[in-house]
Amino acid sequence: MKYMALIYGNEALGSQATPEQMGAMLAAYNVFGEEATKRGALVHGEALNPTTAATTVRVREGKTLITDGPFAETKEQLGGFYVLDCPSLDEALELAAKIPGAHTGSVEVRPIIEFN
Amino acid sequence: MNLTRPCLNFLLLLRGQGDNGVGMSTTSTHITEIVEQIYRQEAGRVLAGLISHLRDFDLAEDVLQEAFIMALKSWPKEGLPNNPGAWLAVTARRKAIDRLRRNSTLAKKTEQLQNITEHVQEAEEVDDAEVYTDERLKLIFTCCHPALALDARVALTLRTLGGLTTTEIASAFLTTEVTMAQRLVRAKKKIKDAGIPYQVPPAHLIAERVSGVLAVIYLIFNEGYNSRSGEALIRHELCTEAIRLARALNQLITQESSLSPDSEALGLLALMLLNDSRRKARLSPEGELVLLEEQDRTLWDKKEIQEGLAILDKAMALKNPGPYQLQAAIAALHAQAATPEDTDWLQIAVLYSELLQYHPSPVIELNRAVAIAMADGPFRGLALLKPLEASGLLVDYYLFYAAKADLLRRADNFEEAAAYYKKALALTQNPVEHSFLQRRLAELE
Repeated sequence: MKYMALIYGNEALGSQATPEQMGAMLAAYNVFGEEATKRGALVHGEALNPTTAATTVRVREGKTLITDGPFAETKEQLGGFYVLDCPSLDEALELAAKIPGAHTGSVEVRPIIEFN
Repeated sequence: MNLTRPCLNFLLLLRGQGDNGVGMSTTSTHITEIVEQIYRQEAGRVLAGLISHLRDFDLAEDVLQEAFIMALKSWPKEGLPNNPGAWLAVTARRKAIDRLRRNSTLAKKTEQLQNITEHVQEAEEVDDAEVYTDERLKLIFTCCHPALALDARVALTLRTLGGLTTTEIASAFLTTEVTMAQRLVRAKKKIKDAGIPYQVPPAHLIAERVSGVLAVIYLIFNEGYNSRSGEALIRHELCTEAIRLARALNQLITQESSLSPDSEALGLLALMLLNDSRRKARLSPEGELVLLEEQDRTLWDKKEIQEGLAILDKAMALKNPGPYQLQAAIAALHAQAATPEDTDWLQIAVLYSELLQYHPSPVIELNRAVAIAMADGPFRGLALLKPLEASGLLVDYYLFYAAKADLLRRADNFEEAAAYYKKALALTQNPVEHSFLQRRLAELE
């Protein structure tokens, strides 16, 4: 089964990180990537620019409305994601707990719908 | 397919017909009773096997229901099969094959079909109910999975492993049948959609999963021990089921070479055995609740007490205390007292104080206050109840009013005692508890 691990965190804290802290975080993510690859679970993963770079698009009655920022203001923001292929939720949750973001923010694990 | 329909519905229907006396001969009523009894005994095990092989709660419930309808038709004519549980399992599996063949266009269904066909052959060859045991254990870990909300875990375990109807679970949780049905539907959907596995967790996950399972087992036991709405105060089969599950769990932990015995899993088993040992003494021949101090202690099951004490010793030898072991130790002190006067209430009060360290709870404070009242007299107990009552945390808890009424009675304050018995009466629906409280009230007046 495929799962998306959505990584949420307080991006204000991330923006205050020192270069050393950033380096440590990237290293931690590399370790996770290697672990997930070794298990044959890693399908895809990306890090996202902060919500200050986000633009929201809505189309209503044929008109496109473009606004600055994310769809909703929340305490924790989506900062990245992985797509993980796991035999069951247990393995997906176990991997999700190894994502560095789970230790500072939270990781939401959502099963991906497979159309067939 | 109606997802909310419990597979026991048709039995309730038959029960209803029996009450109305519509075309039910004595024989068919008798057969209905037998089928109902077998449902209670076998449904959990049969259903667990079906769910495990079909990976589909609703399909499993539907085909089990069909198998029961077949049983009602076939058994009166052909007599009871040697192994009714295995008969139901095989019949239900055949029904599942029929259904899946009709829908076999989907690749997934084909896979399910292959899985279940293999198991039908297996079940026909091995006509032994024991083949389902492991499936139930897998299912309890599925039903108690932390990805499900706690109330959903309890409901699902009672529904699928305890064989309770949605109505019974709803009344146990003091909620409506509609709410409970929705809770079950959502839980089953989450298991399917999120890929919650049907498996005994791997060794490194088992410890954290066990404590979740223990909580659910204890709730099942208490539902059986203190049925809040049932005709009988004690629904013994639920207690037996909870004890059986706890035994199986302990056995599994022992068998897992990478694991050491779990002191709390043993503690819970000891606690349930010690409480269950008083079963025969808890109800009078008229079906009325008998208080611990008034119970005929010769009716206590000595074998269960001995087993409970031995298991508690084993648990405490692991030197890893916890709330179940503390509660078992309290039950053990009661079980070991030859007369109510011999009870070590002081020690019990100390154990309740320790229990409060784990679980700060107004109910435990109430029990502690009662223990202190037993050791030091009703006035100290009443003093301890004052802040509890003022907190308003137990405002809907009939046992608080019953306990306070009892202490007031002991303190010879009959007028206030009567008022508190009346408050307790207004808060319980259980007819057994009702008649007990009414008897107490009548004694005062």
